[in-house]
Formats: sequence, structure tokens, C-alpha cells
Amino acid sequence: MSKILVVAELHDGRIRKSTHSAITFARQAAMPFAIAVLGPGATQAAESMRAFGASHVIVVDDAYLGQPVAERFAPTIATLVTQGGFSVLALTASSFGKDVAPRVAAKLGAGYAPDISSVSPIEGGSLAYRRPVFAGNAFATARISTPIHVVSVRQSEFAAAEPDASSAALSPVETAALAAKDAAADRVEFVAMGEAKSERPDLGEAKVIVSGGRALKEKFAEVLDPLATRLGAAVGASRAACDAGYAPAELQVGQTGRVVAPKLYIAVGISGAIQHLAGMKGSKTIVAINKDPEAPIFQVADYGLVADLFTAVPELVSELKARA
Amino acid sequence: MKILVPLKRVADPDNANKIKVTGGKVDTTGLENKPNPFDEYALEAALRLTENGASPKVRQGEVVVVTFGPKEAEATLRSALATGADRAIRIDATDDQLDGDVVARALKALVEKEKPDLVLAGKQAVDGDSNQVGQLLAEYLGWPQATFAGSITSESDQALLVVREVDGGTITLRVRLPAVVTVDLRIVAPKSVKSTFTSDSHAYPEGVRFAALMAIMAAKKKPLAEMALKDLVADATLKIAYPAFELPPARKAGVKVKSVAELVEKLANEAKAL
Repeated sequence: MSKILVVAELHDGRIRKSTHSAITFARQAAMPFAIAVLGPGATQAAESMRAFGASHVIVVDDAYLGQPVAERFAPTIATLVTQGGFSVLALTASSFGKDVAPRVAAKLGAGYAPDISSVSPIEGGSLAYRRPVFAGNAFATARISTPIHVVSVRQSEFAAAEPDASSAALSPVETAALAAKDAAADRVEFVAMGEAKSERPDLGEAKVIVSGGRALKEKFAEVLDPLATRLGAAVGASRAACDAGYAPAELQVGQTGRVVAPKLYIAVGISGAIQHLAGMKGSKTIVAINKDPEAPIFQVADYGLVADLFTAVPELVSELKARA
Repeated sequence: MKILVPLKRVADPDNANKIKVTGGKVDTTGLENKPNPFDEYALEAALRLTENGASPKVRQGEVVVVTFGPKEAEATLRSALATGADRAIRIDATDDQLDGDVVARALKALVEKEKPDLVLAGKQAVDGDSNQVGQLLAEYLGWPQATFAGSITSESDQALLVVREVDGGTITLRVRLPAVVTVDLRIVAPKSVKSTFTSDSHAYPEGVRFAALMAIMAAKKKPLAEMALKDLVADATLKIAYPAFELPPARKAGVKVKSVAELVEKLANEAKAL
């Protein structure tokens, strides 16, 4: 019987929400699944993973996995897969998942399909995957021919799993040991993590995103912050705005930045380059505010407003205030 | 420092919205082949690491470029030679013989012959968007990796300080060579790459360099070797197949609103998004 191992993403002792999308993937694949939680604090964090109907939750609670270094995680994840007899390994399509998944695939001799957006059972008890290619301008059906499959799951395409109400029993927890260390891990030293400190929700988890383009210039924050605060939104940016230094790089939405699919995406002064559209086309409702009526962003927008953003955005803020 | 840079050519990414799907296959008719932008950035970073930014015509080390493809793919290599790479290798193959894993295994065999200190690659090719060759190669070689590099500082011949662009911020790693580094787009900002030869105050022009006419002529005389895929990988079995492609569902046509008030009204009552 085929079964899936979902690797949770643990950050500062907390399970990232992207993990819940990977659990939804496992449920849709309709196979039994286990969840692995790796890193210091995993024992405690694993408790929250016990109510999702997993066959068991595997804990590797070790300070060696305290920093997201692929060479440290790969041997242990690969060992969990082979020892547990798993046929599918699912990671989140985050920068961490994408860094480590191919290394694990290479160890397992497995094919790796990144960024999958849907899964379907096929003949022989196997799975086929759908994934975006050409910056989301086409979707490919991927078939992996190796006995073990490795995939990374797009958070924007799988709803976050809710705890399994039908099962009263919590999944049992098993602890596992760190695998033998890779020599390559000794040649990479973790120096620092620079985290953007923000009171706003993470781009991957936000229900509303207010995103700005180069047209905002030095007034990027001045114009967008009041709107984002009013809507409880995350702030995103186009590549052009980041390249010009108007917004920090980690806000970038697009093929080369974050891929997002909020309920509401408000694009302010963004022309809509192909690589930007690749990162937000899956949003439920898209609003575009741009003074150029020919801007390509209007082709994907549900609601387009041709206006000068420097007057339209403040007006939008006061209109929203008036409604509250 | 000797650096190996893999290059891929892709259908013009600026017109990726014009691709068609015919009979379940991607049809790029009418789209020009261009170098994968991330690979161009990797080449630029390799050149910056092997020169004094003040005199970029003198190579301090060696940059070798490699591509997989038919004879026409040599155009990609010639333009890389024109911008400053020393030597090129074409591994003869057609697209349907390749997946990320075969490419990584062939590159492993090539690395064992060429013995570079560093493999510098784009983080992904913008056609398949697969984002795996660098990581697979690092694992096959048993080398450390630093993916999604937004800046690289060469500390010595033995170590690089790499700032990676990750979800929500950055991660700084020090990797000891030999290693695999894959680059993100900000690697071509004016001060993103520092070699041991370039002064701290040096700022490059934004983006990748272009070849002068003289250099394009001279590149025709630079060595370009050809190898067969089977000479590098005995077993070229693919691990992943793409039996079908389709276009994404079209979004239904939107409407233009006349005012902010109308926008808010529609968001609240029609889209129920507020």
C-alpha cells in the first residue's frame, strides 16, 4: 500500500501554515499519510499535527536542525522515507522545501516534481501531478517513473487542512533519530538569518494583499501602508519596485518572488509583466489601479480603475473607513 | 578560481503568454530562443568573481560555459564567449532526452573531468520552472550548495559568503569550495558580487554586460568542444515525463469601474471581498 510522508515546516518552534496545504495534498491523493516534524522544539510543535488523521507523527527533535540548511536535513528526511517505506515524499513549495527537496530526491534516486498545483490518482495505484510551467502560462501533467516520488506542494493551490473532526483518536507520536551526517554539511556554515520584522501577515498566509509597482516611487510605504492597515493586508511589490529599491526584495510577488493566491489582491501602479502575473493570477478577486488604461494588469483584473494612484489610494482608504 | 556555468536556452520569456498548446504539447512557434535569464545572471556573476571590476578584460581564473542541445544551441555559447567566458562545451542532446535529473548527472560527470572550484547556475530555467538541477548536482557531487543567491562575496580561493533570498528575508551562508551556487535576479545589482580582486568601492552597471563587436569576432576563435550525452551518462533514463500540457483556465473578463466609490461598492456587494 502506497503511503505519503509530509514534512512539516517548522520555524521558531511554530508549524508554518504551508504545512496544512501539504496535508490537504495528502488527503486529496487518498493515501494513508504520516507527518514528520524536524528541528528543535519539534516534540511540542508535533502536538498540533496529531489531529489531522495522519497514521502517525514522526518527531526528530534535534538542535542540529535548528537552522534551515539543506545539507543537514536531507540525510534524515531520506532515511525517514526509506525506513518508513513511504512511496511519496511531500514538502512545501517554500524556499526551504525547494532548497532541500532535490537533495533528498537525489539520495533516494527519486524523480522530483516541484510546485505541484493538483494531484490525481492514476492506474496502478500511482499519482499524476499538475504543475505550472512557463511562468504559469501553461500547466503540465507530470508523471514520475521512479518507485519513490518527491514533490513540493504549492500553498496557493491547496487550501489549508482543518483538523479531522471525524476521528476522535489523535495520531500517535514516534520519535526518530538524526541520520548519519553528510560530509557536505561540514562545508557550509550558517552565518545569519535576516528576517523582515513586520506586524503584517506573511504574504503566503494573508487573505488580502496590497501590492505596489514602480509608479509609487519613494512613496511606496506612505501610500500603501494606510490601505494595508485598513484591510489587515500583507504588502507585496512588483519586481520593478524591488529592483528600484522602493520596496524590500522579500516583498516581491511573481515567478521569481512569492506565489500568492489571496482572496483579494489589489495591484497599485503595477503594469502586469508576465513574471508578476505568474505570482498572483490565482487570486480570487483582483483589483488593478493604474493610470495607463492599456496596462496588461487590466486583462487579469476583475475590477479595474483607471486613475492616478496618488489620489485614488487615499480616497479608497477614506471610503473604506467610512464604511467601517 | 575556475567556474563552470551551465546555460539553457528558452522560448522568449517576455512573450511566454503567447505560447500555445497543440495536441497536448507546448507550441512555441513564433517565439525566439533566448538565454534563460537566470543563467545569464549566473554567467555575469561568474565573470565578476573572476576579474577586477576596474579591468574586466583580464580574467583572473577561468569561466567555462556548458549547454545541452543541438548544433543551434551553440549560438548561446558563442554569445557567452563574447561576453568573457574562456571556453565552451556543447553536450549534444535533444530536449526530449533531458530532464533535470539527467542534466544533473551529466554535469556531475563533466565536473569530475573539468574540476571547477564552483558551479554557478541560474536558480531555475523559466520554461520548465523546475528549480532542481543545482541542488541535484550538489547532492550527486557531495558538495555544499547555496541556492537563490542575491549576493556573493569571495572571501578567498576557499570560501564564499552567500546571501540567499528566502521567503520572508535572507539567509547568509559561508560555503567552502568546491560548491554549487544558484543565483536569483538581484545577483546582477551593482554591488552584489565581490571578487577578491575588485575594490570595495567598485560598482558595476545594473544588469548583465553586453559584448562589444570586437569581442563577438574574437569569440569565434575561442574553443568550443562537443561531447555526446552518452559519454557522460551511461543510463540516460528520465525520471519524470510530461505526457500532457494545457493552457490555464482563462479568467473571466473583468470590468472597469469609474470611481473609487463604485469599486468599494462592487468589492463589498458583488465580489463579497471586503
